[in-house]
Amino acid sequence: MSAPALLLHIDGQPVRVKAGSSVAAALRVAGGMGVARSSVTGQPRAPFCGMGVCQECRVRIDGRQRLACQAVCAEGMRVETSA
Amino acid sequence: MDADAIVIGAGIVGAACAHALAQAGRRVLVLDARIGGATGAGMGHLVVMDDNPAELALSRHSIAQWRTLAPRMGEDCAYSACGTLWIAANEEEMAEAERKQQRLHAHGVDSRLLDAPALARAEPALRQGLAGALEVPGDGILYAPNAARWLLAEGGASIRVEHAKVEAIEDDGTLRLAGGHRRSAPQVVLANGIEATALCPELPIRPKKGHLLITDRYPGTVQHQLVELGYVTSAHHSDGDSVAFNVQPRPTGQLLIGSSRQFGTTDPAVEAPMLARMLQRAIGYLPGLAELNAVRSWTGMRAATPDGLPLLGKHPWREKLWLAVGHEGLGVTTAPGSAHLLAALMTGAAPGFDAAPYAPRGLLEAA
Amino acid sequence: MTALALEHCDLLIVGAGPAGMAAAVAAAPSGASIAVIDDNPAPGGQIWRDGPGASLPLAARKWRDALERHANIRVCSGTRVVAAPAGDELLLEDAEHGWRMRWRKLILCTGARELLLPFPGWTLPGVTGAGGLQALVKAGLPVEGERIVIAGSGPLLLAAASTARAAGARVVRIAEQASLAAVAGFAASLLRWPGKAMQAVALADGQYRTSSRIVSAHGGAQVESVRLLQGDREEEIACDRIACGFGLTPNTQLGRMLGCALATADGGAQALAVDALQATSLPGIYAAGECTGFGGSERALAQGTIAGHAAVGNERAAKPHEAGRARWNAFAAQLHRSFALGAAIRQMPQPDTLVCRCEDVPFFALADCSGWTDAKLHRRCGMGACQGRVCGDAAQFLFGWTPPAPRPPLSPARIATLAGLAGHGDVDRQ
Repeated sequence: MSAPALLLHIDGQPVRVKAGSSVAAALRVAGGMGVARSSVTGQPRAPFCGMGVCQECRVRIDGRQRLACQAVCAEGMRVETSA
Repeated sequence: MDADAIVIGAGIVGAACAHALAQAGRRVLVLDARIGGATGAGMGHLVVMDDNPAELALSRHSIAQWRTLAPRMGEDCAYSACGTLWIAANEEEMAEAERKQQRLHAHGVDSRLLDAPALARAEPALRQGLAGALEVPGDGILYAPNAARWLLAEGGASIRVEHAKVEAIEDDGTLRLAGGHRRSAPQVVLANGIEATALCPELPIRPKKGHLLITDRYPGTVQHQLVELGYVTSAHHSDGDSVAFNVQPRPTGQLLIGSSRQFGTTDPAVEAPMLARMLQRAIGYLPGLAELNAVRSWTGMRAATPDGLPLLGKHPWREKLWLAVGHEGLGVTTAPGSAHLLAALMTGAAPGFDAAPYAPRGLLEAA
Repeated sequence: MTALALEHCDLLIVGAGPAGMAAAVAAAPSGASIAVIDDNPAPGGQIWRDGPGASLPLAARKWRDALERHANIRVCSGTRVVAAPAGDELLLEDAEHGWRMRWRKLILCTGARELLLPFPGWTLPGVTGAGGLQALVKAGLPVEGERIVIAGSGPLLLAAASTARAAGARVVRIAEQASLAAVAGFAASLLRWPGKAMQAVALADGQYRTSSRIVSAHGGAQVESVRLLQGDREEEIACDRIACGFGLTPNTQLGRMLGCALATADGGAQALAVDALQATSLPGIYAAGECTGFGGSERALAQGTIAGHAAVGNERAAKPHEAGRARWNAFAAQLHRSFALGAAIRQMPQPDTLVCRCEDVPFFALADCSGWTDAKLHRRCGMGACQGRVCGDAAQFLFGWTPPAPRPPLSPARIATLAGLAGHGDVDRQ
């Protein structure tokens, strides 16, 4: 029996994930290695520490800056990366 | 090295003094205790301040010096000619802005008035309902810790920096270091900010604590250094705790937020309630600030004299000792100008502007 | 501007991992009003993290159920501590708002974070911590069919491998830097502790190599391969993902900001100092779990139970748990001896390897700095959003620099939250 799914948007693209998934997981489902942002010298960065320490997974969620690894996906959520 | 001069303190003022003396052909030994002072804590705002003619003359000359040095300084010195906007919240402050413009104009400093619509165009992040602003385009910002290093490096072999703490200044001007070693030179410059009173308790210097906070990177939010006109009145007339609106766009895209003033404490701890007052005032001018993330807060101690002008010149009675202390919140702005004056006095050259207002004064009688 | 809401509780517990949950459940029968705050979306900490990719052990469910059963325990998930505005108050923030929480007793159960050390290519998408990978997979990160190399040091490598495999990944190598002798000694010692025997079995994994360390990660936009040093032989393995971690380090930031004394724990890490009743050096403040030194979940449960009883004045109920705690202390010591990091790990960074990821500061820029403050002021190391946590750990390991005590905000926080401490009075512009 598979877990229920929900739909959110990442950079305008619809993404379907299992309920209870983190936004970090959803970034990966959206494509590539789940890049969340660019570093200060322009390198792509994806979630790294997985536990809210490194700040590499900063994204905008429904207009507010949050850490993707500690945010749970919600139906209709709008996520913007700064890759 | 046989030093012609010793400078105590490698902050922005000490570094500028060493640089100026080296330019004048002197061999300089800089002694730095690595305690870290206002240079590493301040905003690095290069701002013409016109509370009185002496302050205006010093800051104007000094900023002009920074402008000639800037093209040669490295990128890590982060010089930016972003200008200052003095914000007028109401018609009364706008009238003050007009008077300020006239004072600056009389001393050859360019500025222009912005009405409310022009201000909104210049800085869309400011709240509605402000009266306008005075723009001073010649002002800028600088990252002082690296600028100080650059000044010292510019001296080449003429400047040597030693990590050492001066424990005492002896009667003949010899410096006794922690660990018992001694250093001496024909001239000694005291340029170590609030630490100066440990060596010379007679100096009329009080620490004035300030809080600062910096945000994560939000490029493009603010273009100029923004300061409320109320800053001028509250900076020098209040003896109690006070806050004022002061926001600087860093080249990184971060917003650096000040300012606060407290006397009577040397505790460097960040006080959350004081920080809150300062931030609340800032949100009052930039409402969008509320949503941005703060990444770091810290404090610094400004070395304040009773009349707000630094002490630049020969110590009235101590052998060989010269003073370059008491710069309060204008250390970075006035460092090259102070150094120019002091080096001229020390070498017998003619200073480019009147040194009299900054002559050491108000020292408590020797115990 | 609206002032922040002010809430009260008798007992505030920071952290809802095993230690925090045990403390809350132990204290609950006293009738005290208990608030547990935690920055993850649900209680469980790292080891019992829930999510689509997690399979919670029975013990974890038992503790979570116990937490829910008590009406006087309130759990605030997704919540971080921002500041300590007063001796008996914390400033908190979640995704929606900030608020103040006044407490009578405080128990710090802030856990540990993974030690993440720099090596060439560590910033490539696809490189994570080992515990980091486990956390991400438990929270739903899809890794099915991916070739994963796990490296670094400690039993966490095996736990991460297990989680990744259960999610359909192909773990092609587990590279442990400790020697075979050290690891075998640890495996043998596990027989002393019932329940840990499974770990001994896991060490017999076919992909597990000892005396093996990571050299570099390679790829264009993401990980494509990894170079490992096996003894004195270098090899390159094609892979999609690299999970590399070097053990755990206690989260002492909140304790340090409050002024709690530190002590050197097993393995040399600085941890919050506690006495036999889990009391810190500050009256009214206790600490339990990995923030007092790494020792595993069993020890965290025992410590949390003792702290919970002690905090509500029930020292007699705490006593029976001391034996359990002592037993797990020996396990912790053995763990640190076996997986101590060799000097070669300090050789990992090349001159252009980034040490500060937030500000992209390379190793060569730090090599001639005199200390943490010098590196920060002159090279921007530690000036970014992680507030010097990742690079601070790296700098401590590589250069021996000790960062100063943290200042507010304890983690990036909205200015509205920090400003909200001011009363209405300051709206007046005089």
